[in-house]
Amino acid sequence: MSPNAIVFVVIKILVIFALVMLVVAYLTLLERKILAHMQIRLGPMFAGPHGILQPIADGIKLFFKEDIITKEADKLFYFLSPALSIIPTLMIFAVIPFGDQTTLWGLLKEPVKLSITELNIGLLYVFAMGGIATYGIVFGGWAQNNKYSLLGGVRAAAQLISYEVAFTLSVFGVILLAGSLNLVEIVDKQKNMWYIVYQPVGFILFLIASVAELKRTPFDLPEAESELVAGFHADYSSMKFAMFFMAEYASIIVCSCIGTVLFLGGWHGPSFLPPFVWYMLKVFVLMYVIIWLRATYPRLRYDQLMKFGWKVMIPLGFVNIFATAIVLILVK
Amino acid sequence: MTIEGNEIRREMILNMGPQHPATHGVLRLLLHLEGEVVKKNIPIIGYLHRGVEKLGEHRTYLQNIVFTDRLDYTASMCNNLSYALAVEKLCGIEVPERARVIRVIMAELQRIAAHLLWLGTYALDIGAMSVFFYCFREREKILDMFEMISGQRLTPSYICIGGVRRDITDQFLEALRVFCDTFNDYVRDYENLLTKNPIWVERLKDVAVLSAEDAINWGTTGPVLRASGVKFDFRRATPYCGYENYEFDIPIGTKGDCYDRYLVRVEEMRQSNRILKQAMKDIPDGPIMADVPFITLPPKDQVMNNIESLIKHFKIAAGLFQVPKGEVYSSIENPKGELGFYIVSDGSSKPYRMRIKSSCFVNLSALPFMTQGCLVADLIAALGSIDIVLGEVDR
Repeated sequence: MSPNAIVFVVIKILVIFALVMLVVAYLTLLERKILAHMQIRLGPMFAGPHGILQPIADGIKLFFKEDIITKEADKLFYFLSPALSIIPTLMIFAVIPFGDQTTLWGLLKEPVKLSITELNIGLLYVFAMGGIATYGIVFGGWAQNNKYSLLGGVRAAAQLISYEVAFTLSVFGVILLAGSLNLVEIVDKQKNMWYIVYQPVGFILFLIASVAELKRTPFDLPEAESELVAGFHADYSSMKFAMFFMAEYASIIVCSCIGTVLFLGGWHGPSFLPPFVWYMLKVFVLMYVIIWLRATYPRLRYDQLMKFGWKVMIPLGFVNIFATAIVLILVK
Repeated sequence: MTIEGNEIRREMILNMGPQHPATHGVLRLLLHLEGEVVKKNIPIIGYLHRGVEKLGEHRTYLQNIVFTDRLDYTASMCNNLSYALAVEKLCGIEVPERARVIRVIMAELQRIAAHLLWLGTYALDIGAMSVFFYCFREREKILDMFEMISGQRLTPSYICIGGVRRDITDQFLEALRVFCDTFNDYVRDYENLLTKNPIWVERLKDVAVLSAEDAINWGTTGPVLRASGVKFDFRRATPYCGYENYEFDIPIGTKGDCYDRYLVRVEEMRQSNRILKQAMKDIPDGPIMADVPFITLPPKDQVMNNIESLIKHFKIAAGLFQVPKGEVYSSIENPKGELGFYIVSDGSSKPYRMRIKSSCFVNLSALPFMTQGCLVADLIAALGSIDIVLGEVDR
């Protein structure tokens, strides 16, 4: 790798990191605003016009909060778990393509790819990193030595492991269609037709499984505030809590990006809008749906969640894979 | 799993409350958990004990009204009514027709408000956020009406011995008419969000089942009893305030699970609206307060302009009045169930003994029975479904 290329990669990493952090911050505001308007209230209104400075105010507040470590906590895992939940989530962004390539309106001599790196096993990498992030929550729930957190952590472990399976199965159809695990190639294959048309069941499974992976309503059992108060992060405060929080919202962005790349044709769309805008629009729609669900649905019970995961999602995933494979063979 | 000596205990003891979002107040549940299964559930009460019954012995009959507001603070009008009816029974006071109709209007408005509060918080317990805000929107309208009429929203002390404190205004009647016309549509909105929602049904069906026999044996009243399929309502069984003149149905459930309790309460809101519509159609003219010397307060305009009335008012307010000796028990259908006042009078201006029969307390006592061997999430659903207010449980 030439020094020039390394500089480019570092710049890309910094830009994407900054962008993701900004979107995470404003996703919280977006969620609060959307929820508020669905619930006949206004949401944050005081920090800046219509509360647009609220995420920054929240950030400053969380940063200066006292960092509490409970007496009986397991120190190592207590410190480790927030990092374990946010770092893998951010690492996923390394393979996510945000567009094809750009010369930044002619500023650069050679076009630059709009992803940090192009892995040929990109999708596998995404799932691997997502799997590691689970540990953060399980360790966190256990390390605080708090009964509510423990219940939350145990719930999270069971839920994330079972929905990880469904999550993976849901995208197999896409892999079969594209014949590749490379995310950029998968997008390129959708130039003429988005995969959501060929894989409607896969998309629905993906959406449900990703909501479950994100631990959001109706699958928010690990942090069910009316049962477990705050679940796995009950005793975390200050930046450690903020890290869990950021990890959650960064995962929303990850899931929306993956959904866009796999099913909604990535940056492809009618040419009256630039590709990057198309991409952002699709990501936004998916994020909106995830937030919308929170305003509408009650929470499932633990055993119902498991039953749904193992008895509905996973068999449907298998059926989808076999149906896709058979159709592919017949067409060829 | 904890290890004590050589013995391995598989149970985890979890204190749920007194500060816990789902206990709706300061209830403490001592849970013995095996995994997430509740093996044993011991409600521990008393965190909100204010000694209302004992205080009642040291305050005059008139002063006690304000304590009743704070029993079940989501249904203060009904509490006022129950207490006023008990004292009126003791003194043999005949309440004027106009006051009786106004009392019915207030009690039914309060019933709707209490059920709305329950529905909102219950949906929040189960995880559905938005219903809470929609319910509070309508509850707000009712509280505004209370404010119009009594100056207070939560603790109106509006219904008092012998009648009601102030006359209703045209402004109030207009607000009431608008509310009655639109309310059924709002109930339909809540039902659209919840009744057929598969997750909602899944969470509530067959949870915390209380059979009709058990419900009676535990002494439950109110929606909990009716959801178990027992058609019993004090408004029908022992009509007061002229409830016998109104047409309304008593909704009952079939199974006695949380879902039935939800359906019963939603239907009760509609029926209350039906009663309201009938009551506001013809409100008779006349006085709003019975004129019983030295027990009921004289009208305010007379107090301001007439020295005899002023003296009378002063003497009553200062506790210089006497009620007949004797003892009474009178109970009404509160939003939560039976609220009864047992008052023993020794002839002075203060009760010798005041005992409050609270449905919340009785219904709560059936909770451990209902929730044996259920999951933590079911326990929350069950606790919400019996609809307790700790102010009334602890008194």
